Amino acid sequence: MSDDIGQKNIKLVRKLALVAIAMFGFGYALVPLYDVLCDLTGLNGKVEGQAVQETAYQMDKNREVTVEFLTSLNESTPMLFRSEVKSMKVHPGEYYTVNFYAKNTTNKPMIAQAIPSITPGLAAEFFKKTQCFCFTEQTFAANEEKTMPVRFVVEPALPERYKTVTLAYTFFDNTNISKK
Amino acid sequence: MTAVVAEHDDHHDHHDHGPEKGVLRWIFTTNHKDIGTLYLVFGLAMFFVGGAMALVIRSELFEPGLQFVDPNFFNSMTTMHALVMVFGAVMPAFVGLANWMIPMMIGAPDMALPRMNNMSFWMLVAGVLLLASTLFMEGGAPSGGWTFYPPLVFQNGKSFPFAIFSVHLLGISSIMGAINVIATIFNMRAPGMTLMKMPLFVWTWLITAFLLIAIMPVFAGAVTMLLTDKFFDTSFFDAAGGGDPVLYQHIFWFFGHPEVYVMILPTFGVASTIIPVFARKPLFGYASMVYATGAIAFLSFIVWAHHMFTVGMPVAGELYFMYATMLIAIPTGVKVFNWTATMWKGSMTFETPMLFSIAFVVLFTMGGFTGLMMSVAPVDFQYHDTYFIVAHFHYTLVPASIFILMAAGYFWLPKWTGNMYNEKIGRLHFWLSAVSVNILFFPQHFLGLAGMPRRIPDYAIQFADWNMVSSIGAFIYGFSQLLFVYIVIDTIRGGTGEKVSDEVWEDASKHSLEWTVPSPAPYHTFSTPPARIPTEHF
Repeated sequence: MSDDIGQKNIKLVRKLALVAIAMFGFGYALVPLYDVLCDLTGLNGKVEGQAVQETAYQMDKNREVTVEFLTSLNESTPMLFRSEVKSMKVHPGEYYTVNFYAKNTTNKPMIAQAIPSITPGLAAEFFKKTQCFCFTEQTFAANEEKTMPVRFVVEPALPERYKTVTLAYTFFDNTNISKK
Repeated sequence: MTAVVAEHDDHHDHHDHGPEKGVLRWIFTTNHKDIGTLYLVFGLAMFFVGGAMALVIRSELFEPGLQFVDPNFFNSMTTMHALVMVFGAVMPAFVGLANWMIPMMIGAPDMALPRMNNMSFWMLVAGVLLLASTLFMEGGAPSGGWTFYPPLVFQNGKSFPFAIFSVHLLGISSIMGAINVIATIFNMRAPGMTLMKMPLFVWTWLITAFLLIAIMPVFAGAVTMLLTDKFFDTSFFDAAGGGDPVLYQHIFWFFGHPEVYVMILPTFGVASTIIPVFARKPLFGYASMVYATGAIAFLSFIVWAHHMFTVGMPVAGELYFMYATMLIAIPTGVKVFNWTATMWKGSMTFETPMLFSIAFVVLFTMGGFTGLMMSVAPVDFQYHDTYFIVAHFHYTLVPASIFILMAAGYFWLPKWTGNMYNEKIGRLHFWLSAVSVNILFFPQHFLGLAGMPRRIPDYAIQFADWNMVSSIGAFIYGFSQLLFVYIVIDTIRGGTGEKVSDEVWEDASKHSLEWTVPSPAPYHTFSTPPARIPTEHF
């Protein structure tokens, strides 16, 4: 092999190796890209992690939307977790409060985080909460039971085709991670 | 006087040496033919390891109920079968073909980076051994599916980090192999061998190599995120920490969809090389074949979420991925029609490589059509995660990639060994394979449509009959592959005893350069560039 080709090979290998490294970075870049895409499209029913200011809406008494509440626990989270009601009919623009109950069933203190999700995903941006236990981590004493209110409103701008909106919470036991 | 002798030795070292003797030849070799042989033998061995795992699966599914293995081991088998077949058998076998054939097809003396070539082979071996070691670990081998979806994958026992590092090694090995292929094709072509005169096999491998460089690092990144999620408290895919498990599926399939084309594009290349020789006609639509390959490769990057129709996506997303996926049928259709048109009015003969290639065209088309069915988002909800998808991708891999690898074996064995294989046993191997592969996989369409989920060790009683048929097909197919091993060994040892000519197949030297060198191909070929570039495929 002549040195000429050897030089060309080294140049090309450098370029291709750079592409491979860049693609490794691209894999990681997909993480923030995905979050941006979720915000834009409402993919996966991700909702805002912060409370919104309570603002008055034009109430729509003629329209009813069913809001369902789902509670679940991540694998082996030692808790009891339920909502006051399974579902309720709401008028868009009106504020409602619904209670959730969670109990630490262990003899040790626990730090837990609830993660909300809304189905259908595109309805998520019209579902606003002014108060929620999911905004921060919750600390439970041993065997403590808590009543946790959620105050929410379904915005009148919610497209007509959505008749039912499901709000799901999953509690994760973060005790080991949060202590560090 | 001594100076003259030294000079003579020096001369001898640099130019005229054949292979070294003994085992060390295979460990330290930088010769593209040796490394090609290593890859091919390794791929064939892993084909039987993965096949044995498949037979464990089919034995357990022969009847409803739990017979032979416990469910966790069953799940390990489905996971390991996939990993071994994809990363241990099909990909290495095609890399082996690339090593053997690309330099000979473009008139180059060797691969561009021979030492890296050796390294990428031994890294592959290390990666697969690491993966195999998980079979003996506490908690068993990975059992959450070859896709490593979180959070299920975290339930693996001690094997988890080993599987991840194995993927890293396999990834680095593939990337090095791909860089080598690209460098060889770009820099080592003989004078006169322009890009559009290269045999289709070289073209498809060039495009495959670019796919590999683009996707293997993304997969390495995804599994590294899994690793840090598990051991270093990151939350890429952990909802409790603000991550999202669905994100993993997006990253995985961004890799995963092009990855399946990594296995099928070289298949197309070999088919496009074999069919014209036995139809005694130039390949129909050479340029359109090149462009179709490029189009398929491009489309493979923008269709990934059709693997995830059921995870929850806005309707607009489902529609986009549905239509984009359907588009792939167009360049693929171009290829199928081109192969058919190549055979049209050709003076065809039906030697074993051609038989496997024709079966490939027919059966791959069937696999393609079931793929088209599943691209329809609303009906995919019924097919998703059932045996229908199992039937679909096995039709695109077994009677396509595997059949074509067998065809390639029969096609080039005489060139590699200088001996003719036993045509009678070859045809027996073909007919047993072609019939049993359909007994094996066709009933799985029915099972899937009836609702049998994939990756389960036990099933409802109504699925019993077709499962039994499928298992019988699996055993016939599996054991008939031993004929291939017999033929390969027999051919190496002399085969039919008939001395093959340089071009082996009638007029093959008009199609591609490898048929212009002696049979068996000498250890070094094209130390000086070829005088004439065959242009028969135009």
